[in-house]
Amino acid sequence: MKRVVITGLGAITPIGIGKDNFWDALLEGKSGIGYITRFNTEDHDVKIAAEVKDFDPHDFLDKKEAKRMDRMSQFSVAATRLALEDGEINLDKLNRDRIGTIIGSGIGGIGTLESEVIKYTEKGPSRVSPLFIPMMISNMAAGQVSMNFGLKGASMTITTACASATHAIGEAFRMIKYGNMDMIVTGGTEAGITTVSIAGFCSMKALSTNNDNPSKACRPFDKNRDGFIMAEGAGIVILEELEHAINRGAKIYAEIIGYGATSDAFHITQPDPEARGATNAMRLALEEGNANYEDVGYINAHGTSTYFNDKLETLAVKTLFKEHAYNINISSTKSMTGHLLGAAGGVEAIATALAIKEGKIPPTINYENPDEECDLNYTPNKFVERDIKLAISNSLGFGGHNGSILLKKY
Amino acid sequence: MLFEKVRDIIAEQLDAEAAEITMETSMMKDLEADSLDAVEIMMALEDEFNVTIPDEDAESFKNIGDIVKYLESKIS
Repeated sequence: MKRVVITGLGAITPIGIGKDNFWDALLEGKSGIGYITRFNTEDHDVKIAAEVKDFDPHDFLDKKEAKRMDRMSQFSVAATRLALEDGEINLDKLNRDRIGTIIGSGIGGIGTLESEVIKYTEKGPSRVSPLFIPMMISNMAAGQVSMNFGLKGASMTITTACASATHAIGEAFRMIKYGNMDMIVTGGTEAGITTVSIAGFCSMKALSTNNDNPSKACRPFDKNRDGFIMAEGAGIVILEELEHAINRGAKIYAEIIGYGATSDAFHITQPDPEARGATNAMRLALEEGNANYEDVGYINAHGTSTYFNDKLETLAVKTLFKEHAYNINISSTKSMTGHLLGAAGGVEAIATALAIKEGKIPPTINYENPDEECDLNYTPNKFVERDIKLAISNSLGFGGHNGSILLKKY
Repeated sequence: MLFEKVRDIIAEQLDAEAAEITMETSMMKDLEADSLDAVEIMMALEDEFNVTIPDEDAESFKNIGDIVKYLESKIS
């Protein structure tokens, strides 16, 4: 079995573009949530989201390429470019047949879908764009990256709602571990701040309606939490076989040593009331890494700021770690970024890798009112310094999909 | 006039320089358009000139000049 390390980070997020801007914002406790500008929210109950500001696709793509991509693919290609630059990766010197692209997306090109349905309704089938399908299909999250960078190894998209990126990273980890690939561009992308999408999540009662106070709306583990905040962006990490990384003199952020994937087999949107799936995902990751539970110092929680998620994820941590649960720093970086759905695990893997590398744990902001059902250490409001041996990043998706990855200090 | 309109639509769709497009320019060979671009351009021309261009007609165009002549015959 091969060892797998993280050697490049690319972030396109509502709190910053590029790993350094993203990390600085996390330590500052900056909120990326504000009023929606991408469409008119007049008739919507939810008027807030975490949009990626200052993203110009032409900084990363020529005009014609950009026009042929949904925003979600623009994000994945842009984040990949940042990750490759960060990892100082010269693709011309590497075997592109051994470099894969496994990138998650929860819903794919829903913005394209909406605009083409409107065209269809107003003008009829003959006006539906020939680019509709190739822009909309979720797998272009990976396909476009493969094409843009000439990466000819395994290429696929994993769609497991909010667990998509964590599953992508986990499957990429296994592929390198088993010797199938030398390097994989992995993580997730999402661009779901669109009018019908927000309406749908709103009808589910999944979203916060705290429109009066956007930066305070996302409050994971706080007693007054009232739903998640939709976000967009991409988080891409470069996973690399250890010897391959050493041979090219790569800087190593962290090692990935375990991955767990389970299903609740319970309900389309609600988590298992005993959190067995989430508990077992973390357990499997720890078992694969032959890890000592007491060495886990940080959990980047799924922490969506919904009533059920935060309560049941807390229960999962307590069930698995027993007394040690109280010694772990937990944080939800979604308190700042909002919920990037299928990209969440990518952005959070970046946060987790940097936490290990820098010895700093980003906070859960807006934590003000303790909830007796959520009684762990959520790293409230200010980052803390802590030497971390092992850290977990969790993602739990609609449909009962659970994913956990286990990162180790290198 | 017609040529300039057609030229500008094609330049816009393909992110090409309008100044480099002549009546002899081939969309596929000279401007690297693919079959999806061609469909988009035909749709844009149909909208602009309020005509219908059947697929078999579109497939017969060898260069921009063919398109301009075709549109002239349709419009008049």
